Amino acid sequence: MIKVCRKNNVLVPDLDISQAYMRYKNKTIFKNLSLSLPGGQWTCLLGTSGVGKSTLLRMIAGVLTDDDFKRESDECCIGNITASDGISLKGRVAYMAQSDLLMPWCSALENVLLGCKLRGQKTRKNIEKAKGLLNMVELEDSAKLKPSSLSGGMRQRVALARTLMENKPIVLMDEPFSALDAITRYKLRNLAAKLLKNCMVLLVTHDPMEALRLGDNIKIMCGSPAKIIDFEDIPKTPIPRNSDDMAVIALYGKVLKIMEAKV
Amino acid sequence: MIKKSIIVITGFICIWQLIVYIFKLPDYLLPGPFEVFHSIWLYRGLLCSQAWPTIFETLIGLCFGIILGASMSLSMILFRPVRYWMMPVLILSQAIPTFVFAPLLVIWLGYGLSSKVAVTIFALFFPVASAFFDGLMRTKIGWLDLAETMEGNRWRKVWFIRIPAALPAFASGIKVATAWAPMAAVIGEWVGASKGLGYLMLNANARLDINLVFATLVVLVAFSLTLFFIVDMLLKLLIPWVNEV
Repeated sequence: MIKVCRKNNVLVPDLDISQAYMRYKNKTIFKNLSLSLPGGQWTCLLGTSGVGKSTLLRMIAGVLTDDDFKRESDECCIGNITASDGISLKGRVAYMAQSDLLMPWCSALENVLLGCKLRGQKTRKNIEKAKGLLNMVELEDSAKLKPSSLSGGMRQRVALARTLMENKPIVLMDEPFSALDAITRYKLRNLAAKLLKNCMVLLVTHDPMEALRLGDNIKIMCGSPAKIIDFEDIPKTPIPRNSDDMAVIALYGKVLKIMEAKV
Repeated sequence: MIKKSIIVITGFICIWQLIVYIFKLPDYLLPGPFEVFHSIWLYRGLLCSQAWPTIFETLIGLCFGIILGASMSLSMILFRPVRYWMMPVLILSQAIPTFVFAPLLVIWLGYGLSSKVAVTIFALFFPVASAFFDGLMRTKIGWLDLAETMEGNRWRKVWFIRIPAALPAFASGIKVATAWAPMAAVIGEWVGASKGLGYLMLNANARLDINLVFATLVVLVAFSLTLFFIVDMLLKLLIPWVNEV
């Protein structure tokens, strides 16, 4: 049965990944990796640095190239990445990285319109939509400013607006808030959770608190070669959960123990 | 920057005068700054008329050298077979001293403007091509990943992302080329010309008119410095994102 979630009339599928294999610099990063991501929910992938979660994310986004595997011993097998509605993933994925990836030669508005420019769709309607998105992330006064005039939090908000502009059902985020200060991170997490509701979001993070606050599902990636462990005890409250939610605090230690045990 | 340069140049002229004074150097070895400036004033008509050909050759050679270098880099980035076969050509062309070809170019293209322009282009296109190509290849992976998920076609990716990101590298290639351009034009003139500052210098040298040699040299240096400053300022204006890429 295909679970159908609709967001702005865009079908949001479940994602199923299996048999993924990667070998890099003579080390097997992961082998026979399986992961299933329910549509319309936030899944947080927790793991320590270097375990391979960013590479896994790039693999799902479909952006790995031959240049990433230059050595003789490097190997990558993408395995089966299938969407529950059977449609290919190409063009249905939006990507948000740890750095804001804003182009320094474009204004904030131009940056939000990057996708439209690359597809040749820079129409008046899209420009208006981009302006509206900048309003939603509270940056209506900064539309004409260049990234060098914006603070880190503002830049990541522009990146969020750019991600929203893409209007894709699957959103892959690679520790997008880790470079910000605590308050900005808190505000941006809440904003992202509000604006990206009903998308299939895969958030890669190394912070158990972030995973507990934002995850409808939590998966822990650990070990070498890496394996995925499902964390079953998700609090029942909807995301974003408060940081003083007792369930969240109680589980923090438990999550840390699991991560620690397998390293 | 301008103030600092003026101070440095003034200091240099003072040291020059001191050296001539202290070591009592004869006129035919090293004239003092006053003699040289006097010569410049004396020969101002001649220097003006001979400066224009050299300036012309330098500017045209610089423009076409930059265009040629940029075209090579772009075609290497866009088409894999071009990249594969062009790399050795580029590298070999720099293992051969460019100025060795100057006499050949004069034989093939004559004593006129074209041979000097050809020498200049030949000397300049590699720094430009190499710097720009490096910049194009080193585009941030994050941006390329982003463009991949946004389904941009290859041409748009190059136009909207790779080229703007590579412009700072392109700028440093252009600056190297600008520093070389006047010298390349002058060397072309030394090999075979009937006008220009290089020709004038050689001519004056043969007649042992050392004052005129130095006068020409000073005019050449002044031209090179001015050209470099103008190009540097233009590049800073057009490409202000140098530090952020």
